[in-house]
Amino acid sequence: MDQLYREAIIDHYKHPRHYGCLEAPDYKAHDLNPFCGDELTIELRVDEEGIIRGVAFDGKGCAISLASASMLMEEILHESLDEVKTWTRDDILDMLGIEIGPVRMKCALLSLKVLKKGIYGLDQLEEEELD
Amino acid sequence: MATSRNLNGRAAVAADETLDWAAVRSQFPIMERKVQGGIPLVYLDNAASSQKPAAVLEAMSRYYRTSHANVHRGVHTLSEEATVLYEEARQNAGRLINAPSSRECVYVRNTTEGINLVAGSWGRANLGPGDMVVTTTMEHHSNIVPWQILQAERGFDLRYVPVTPEGHLDRGVFGSLMAEEPKLVCFTHVSNVLGTINPVAELTAEAHAAGALVLVDGAQGVPHLPVDVQALGVDFYAYSGHKMCGPTGIGLLWARRELLHAMPPWMGGGEMIREVTLEGSRWNELPYKFEAGTPAIAEAVGLGAAAAYLMDLGMDNVASHGAYLTNYAYNQLVEIEGVHILGPGPEDRMGLVSFHVDEVHPHDLAAILDLDGVAIRAGHHCAQPLHRSLDLIASARASFYLYNTESEIDRLAAGIERARRIF
Repeated sequence: MDQLYREAIIDHYKHPRHYGCLEAPDYKAHDLNPFCGDELTIELRVDEEGIIRGVAFDGKGCAISLASASMLMEEILHESLDEVKTWTRDDILDMLGIEIGPVRMKCALLSLKVLKKGIYGLDQLEEEELD
Repeated sequence: MATSRNLNGRAAVAADETLDWAAVRSQFPIMERKVQGGIPLVYLDNAASSQKPAAVLEAMSRYYRTSHANVHRGVHTLSEEATVLYEEARQNAGRLINAPSSRECVYVRNTTEGINLVAGSWGRANLGPGDMVVTTTMEHHSNIVPWQILQAERGFDLRYVPVTPEGHLDRGVFGSLMAEEPKLVCFTHVSNVLGTINPVAELTAEAHAAGALVLVDGAQGVPHLPVDVQALGVDFYAYSGHKMCGPTGIGLLWARRELLHAMPPWMGGGEMIREVTLEGSRWNELPYKFEAGTPAIAEAVGLGAAAAYLMDLGMDNVASHGAYLTNYAYNQLVEIEGVHILGPGPEDRMGLVSFHVDEVHPHDLAAILDLDGVAIRAGHHCAQPLHRSLDLIASARASFYLYNTESEIDRLAAGIERARRIF
């Protein structure tokens, strides 16, 4: 448990960074985890050079899914959109720094799923991309 | 020990010495299982699926090892043996709910398929604009979605009985909906989230007085309660094998014979026909009219073995043990600060306790308990409308069965305390 719920996870869960919403976001996406009902919205503001200048997320979920979203917001702020598009599931797992079993994988990856949905404007991200 | 029980199976017990429950537990091989590097498994996810006694595993294995062939086909020895085993199992599965005849017992994959069969056959033939179907917000999605799908096709009115803050069906609304003369009334025997035991016989009498037929979801009722479809008076009753010691992939739909006779087939294919010509076909007799294709034979044998196993234990004993464990768990959990139990008090519930814990998301709670070897369910338990009505998106659920013990429930309570400290 100390591993799965390491301090940083609990900290991000209890004190989420960039929680809320942006005024006039350039990108916005919402999705949910159909198995548990967790839901997440992510908003981005991006400047003319394609650099992410504003981030926010909102939602309900477990510690893993919300910590994942909170950490992801910190990671992508001031990064370029092109860079963020290359993020994969392994980047999320490195960021979380914990081992995630198959059942909780959907919790951990909800943030990336919503982010990519926002950037690409896709209704449903291809499953393979997250597997 | 003696228990008092009404028709709906409510049982009240102070302590449970009905059977040697440690010996019962030893009949389930998986109870030997260690998890998380050596901790004894505490399996409290029985409302999702129960574990299997050796008697069921052996019946299925014996069937495959000695008697497997297709049923109702060949005249050779194995086909005859397989057919006898398959039909004996149907009799046991029907006897468990006191069905008057095994001809009225249709094998289905599970409760969900049983309800879909009624919707797709009886519903499609009998429901249209101006008609009304009543279900409840307490239902599992399996007793809501089939009616929504059919409603989109047939255009009838679909109405819901709400749940009171105490976790019971709202009888006032139920009564006023009956005054609008629905054609069909659907509800669960026992709620898979609240554990509420619904007064099936009373509700059925009220629905019948209004001229409606009654369908009952027995998925959570059959594992725990003595069920007598004749005494309850219902018209359709469906249950799953895998929640009552049987295998997955098999269940039973019982319906009154005249209804089954009048209902058109649901799926076409082999087994369900009497005569096929290129101009058309005539249907097989009951229940085969509803069993197209080669069935799940070994699973049916397992279902029959599970029904026989439960009848040997005695469903009155099973019910009193279930009530005892539920009561014990309720009283343990209600004492923990920050734990909020959903649904009615222990006297009106069976088999499970759903709850949420301040500051701890159900998913996290389940993950922390899993590290202690304790298996519970977290999520909406396929009952999103009910959770929404309670203003929750998810809950944690501990559900009990024959083999569970007080000390396992103590481990659950200790795990919840631990999760509270982490958050």
